[in-house]
Amino acid sequence: MNLNNAKKSVLPIMNLVRMQGVPILDQLHLEERLLRCDLKNWCIVNVGTPQPTIVMGISGKPSELINIKSVIHNQVPVIRRFTGGGTVIVDKETIFVTLICNREAVPLLQLYPQPIMSWTGTLYQDALRDFGKFSLRENDYVFDNLKFGGNAQSITKNKWIHHTSFLWDYDERNMEYLKHPQRTPKYRSERSHIEFLCRMKDIIPSKSVFIEKTLNSLQKHFVLQPIKSDDISNAPYAPSSRLLTRQELEHDLLSTGT
Amino acid sequence: MASRLLWASRAASYLRISTFNRAFSTVLKDLKYAETHEWVKVDGDSATVGITDHAQDHLGDVVYVELPEVGVTVGQGANFGAVESVKATSDIISPVSGKVVEVNDQLSEAPGLVNGSPYEKGWIIKVKLSDEGELNSLMDSDKYTKFCEEEDTKH
Repeated sequence: MNLNNAKKSVLPIMNLVRMQGVPILDQLHLEERLLRCDLKNWCIVNVGTPQPTIVMGISGKPSELINIKSVIHNQVPVIRRFTGGGTVIVDKETIFVTLICNREAVPLLQLYPQPIMSWTGTLYQDALRDFGKFSLRENDYVFDNLKFGGNAQSITKNKWIHHTSFLWDYDERNMEYLKHPQRTPKYRSERSHIEFLCRMKDIIPSKSVFIEKTLNSLQKHFVLQPIKSDDISNAPYAPSSRLLTRQELEHDLLSTGT
Repeated sequence: MASRLLWASRAASYLRISTFNRAFSTVLKDLKYAETHEWVKVDGDSATVGITDHAQDHLGDVVYVELPEVGVTVGQGANFGAVESVKATSDIISPVSGKVVEVNDQLSEAPGLVNGSPYEKGWIIKVKLSDEGELNSLMDSDKYTKFCEEEDTKH
């Protein structure tokens, strides 16, 4: 018997969906449907979203997190997603990696935020060890003390999702749409948004190298089974992630006077 | 140290609470508990529901609570709301079936009540029960204490 195959056969299967340039709202809708309506494990990789888009966490308040006037003026879409966490602005140079797992997928993993976050940290530690001093700092992925990946999670009775927006590159002008949030990690140390970020393209040779290293790390825990996004069954589900309307943003602006 | 532990044990007994040494999470004796770490306080055909001290401790600082609307139906084992902590939303699972008659609106302004007072000020919903027999499937405080110890030991 081939021992390598024997070892692989005890690893759980994870469906792998690779996408290019799918709009982030569509990605979020797919994720929410897979989390709520499907029992299998999934990894979704999406390279870029067509236009710069602001994505807030479930409890995000626009007046506190974004410069609403310029967002409205420049017609930047604003999405409220179904997971927790903070606000990001994503674009075609953002790489999205999402893991959706059932309770048994990672042995002995407690379905609470910190254990899940720590486990993903070990995954990326393994993937990125050749490129720099990677660490998980206060729930952000950093090289040294510069953030390059923002995380968010949602945990149900028997499943969890962890998704990350990785800054392959970014336009500094887009970052101006985001306010300095009330809650910031301690390691940010009063730095401006630009000062505490870094670009992955300055550290890792190419997007495909990053993705392959990530999938190699994932393969130590799962048997990856490629699936085309078109082949995913469309179970009826009403997702909660949505685009905020201009009226909602204007109302928030008027009601807070910001 | 031994005398302090003895004092704590006697005080806990007097106050009708139990503690288990590993995590020192509080478990109240008169409540019922679900494996998903919600508690129920029954009063006739009504029940108050919240999350346990063990749950809030493992979740971290709660920054937002998503509450259901008054009047909706909840089902035992189904999610009815969520809490946000540490960049994660975590479903709250109803330990009973029935109709939501009241929600704790204070949690909108002070979600940290779930951390600071999980069994009192941090209550989440009140439910008019539709099937009191479901309470038999829930754990009492001793069973829940043991359940938490076993769960934490496994991980």
